[in-house]
Amino acid sequence: MSLFQIFVYLLAAVIAVPFAKRLGLGSVLGYLIAGIIIGPSLLGVVGAGEEVAHIAEFGVVMMLFLIGLELRPSLLWRLRVPIVGLGGLQVLGVTTAAAGIALVSGLGWKPALAIGLIVAMSSTAIVLQSLAERDQLKLSAGQSCFSVLLFQDIAVIPILAILPLLGTGEVAAGEHGIIAHLPPWLRALATIGAVVGLVLAGRFLLRPVFRYVAATHLREVFTEMTLLLVIGITLLMGAVGLSAALGAFVAGVMLADSEYRHQLEADLEPFKGLLLGLFFITVGAGIDFTLIGARPGLIAALVTGIVVVKFVIQLLLARLFKLGWAHSTLFALALAQGGEFCFVLLAFAQGAGVLGAELVKPLTAAVALSMALTPLLFVLNDRVLQKMFRRHLPVKPEREPDKIPAHDNPVILAGFGRFGHVVGRLLIANRIGCTVLENDPEQIEMLARFGLKAYYGDATRADLLHAAGAARAKLFICTLADEQETLKIVRMVQREFPHLRILARAVSRQHAYELIRAGVDDVFRETVGSALDLGVAALRGLGMRGVQALRAARLFKEVDEASVRELANYEGDESGYATRARQHGANLESVLRRDSRMQKETGDDAWDNKPRDR
Amino acid sequence: MDKAARDVQRPALMARVLILFAHPALHKSRINRAMANAVSGMDGVTFHDLYEVYPDLHISVDAEQQMLREHDVVVFQHPMFWYSSPAILKEWQDLVLESGFAYGEGGDALRGKRMLSAISTGGGQEAYQRGGSNHFTIRELLAPFEQTARLCGMEYLEPFVISGVFRLTDAEVAAEAARYRAAIESLVGPEGGAL
Repeated sequence: MSLFQIFVYLLAAVIAVPFAKRLGLGSVLGYLIAGIIIGPSLLGVVGAGEEVAHIAEFGVVMMLFLIGLELRPSLLWRLRVPIVGLGGLQVLGVTTAAAGIALVSGLGWKPALAIGLIVAMSSTAIVLQSLAERDQLKLSAGQSCFSVLLFQDIAVIPILAILPLLGTGEVAAGEHGIIAHLPPWLRALATIGAVVGLVLAGRFLLRPVFRYVAATHLREVFTEMTLLLVIGITLLMGAVGLSAALGAFVAGVMLADSEYRHQLEADLEPFKGLLLGLFFITVGAGIDFTLIGARPGLIAALVTGIVVVKFVIQLLLARLFKLGWAHSTLFALALAQGGEFCFVLLAFAQGAGVLGAELVKPLTAAVALSMALTPLLFVLNDRVLQKMFRRHLPVKPEREPDKIPAHDNPVILAGFGRFGHVVGRLLIANRIGCTVLENDPEQIEMLARFGLKAYYGDATRADLLHAAGAARAKLFICTLADEQETLKIVRMVQREFPHLRILARAVSRQHAYELIRAGVDDVFRETVGSALDLGVAALRGLGMRGVQALRAARLFKEVDEASVRELANYEGDESGYATRARQHGANLESVLRRDSRMQKETGDDAWDNKPRDR
Repeated sequence: MDKAARDVQRPALMARVLILFAHPALHKSRINRAMANAVSGMDGVTFHDLYEVYPDLHISVDAEQQMLREHDVVVFQHPMFWYSSPAILKEWQDLVLESGFAYGEGGDALRGKRMLSAISTGGGQEAYQRGGSNHFTIRELLAPFEQTARLCGMEYLEPFVISGVFRLTDAEVAAEAARYRAAIESLVGPEGGAL
């Protein structure tokens, strides 16, 4: 890849992605459009180069590695039913339906079956990225998508084995990796050996290696080790003919419990983002518009066929697996496209003589188009379909809110995290009845171990606050870390329970402005208190008397609070705001100077400090 | 703590002196700095800087009561502010001298101990008398402290006063501080130590 090409890729991404995000279309579509624009069909600045595509696929590998890091083996074990059951039925169902249609349109059973198997695959990269961007990965629909995609990754292996049996030609050498020439039993043994080796290495070898590398305290060596691991896995998997993404996923799961998890995530995240972006661009660039222009009817029929067949089958499966309608449509739409494996499998099938070029070419274009269509389907789902289900999908994984017994606690505390639990403990220590709502199950479990009771539930829901006794309470304390969530809750409480006095945690100065404008009087910026405490300690550490240091901090806080209150009204008028902000800076300074003059200057008539020498 | 235990730790006839010092702006007062320096670190003397220990006036009642139990003489050292003490000393009295500890039923923790007011005033001695600008004598103005001592069963000693501090030369400040140290020394004993 030349420097100029990199420049073009980056430029296209930087222009197209923010634009697409602004329009609410998501980053994936932005990248795809960027790819189409710079690709051979439009500007032709870059080719649909194989070489770039290979690098870009690392993005997918890294994404799976990162997802693996998030999934502890125990969690994966809990997903075994959806992975095997839902995933297996998805591949089976789509294969049968698509093959049936192909059969009806006059193909032989062998190519028909091959097409069925191929279009059953979906795009891990596009689906997971789109779900993650919408915070929907943890929903039951998101978990189901993930399970199916994982099964597809595994299913590629037997599909690669089946395709040659359907064909007439010879398998092209090298397609199966370096073990292609081994007898089948040895090949199977090598494949199993590679996976077992990976699991064992992940369990017992990687941690000491990372510990050794981390001990150097050189950040870049750690990053190098991480990249080395991912690329190494990719090579190993390629050698035994397995999906590199699957291998990376397994390695990620093995490291999910390790103390290096967060470091690994932080190191890989930018690479993943970049390469995944590149991957989407190459998909966009790979869309063959000349072919589409030549046979628009056929391509349109293929794209519609793929999307509709997959949607219908997947919708049925989701309902079968007892997902609600809202989740079912999300699941069915999310997976209703061909994936990156389709390209590989189509090329492989052509090489094996199963499918001719006259089928492979339009199918490849149709798969690419269906991938490009996916972000649009997500938008359609967000804006139209979900509206039909009355309520938007909840952002957090669904769990029924806890039953809250009737009581007359004067305080409702939303959020029992780092900030909230301090407030809560203070109140509880003073025997104030406090109903605590928290939406992180892990936090609730942790607190329960220390004898603190919090109820699981989403405080943005008025019915839940009713159950929590909001009608009889006096104070509503909101300590959530999420700015928008806080504003949402505050507005709802003001509307539904106007008698409650609201005390709110502000995450930032900007957030404090918004809360004040929303009519909240008691706004507490989360860092100010401790920062001033530290400042007092610093002043005292330098020899200032405690009472002076404390007074200086209190005065600082008063002036600062007053300025926040006043500046809150200048939002939107940016020049006015800037002027005000400068004035307030000057004001604070002058007040502090006055204060320090009052306290420091000697010779004040009220004191005996002036040295005298009669 | 009982008397026998105290006698094991300290030579007989030595009293332990607790100086409760209250000055909210020490860096502005030559005389109080000099006085504080003069008595800090003396044997048998605990110098307790209230504004420094409790800059937010959040006084620990338990810790203060424990200190009182461990001493025989309590000195209130402070400048005369509005004919009384700085605010923290009033807060200290309000919180620490609880019923059941300092007075009332079972409140005999301070019984038999002694109390001394050691104060500095801006005005000269001549201002603190009938016809003077402050009308009352210093002893009269300190009546609340004296009566507090009486209620707690303590002996209220003749106040130690440095007056007219604005007019003092640096040499005089040093001399007054030395006089203060001597006064505290005499409280510790041995001759002053007998209870």
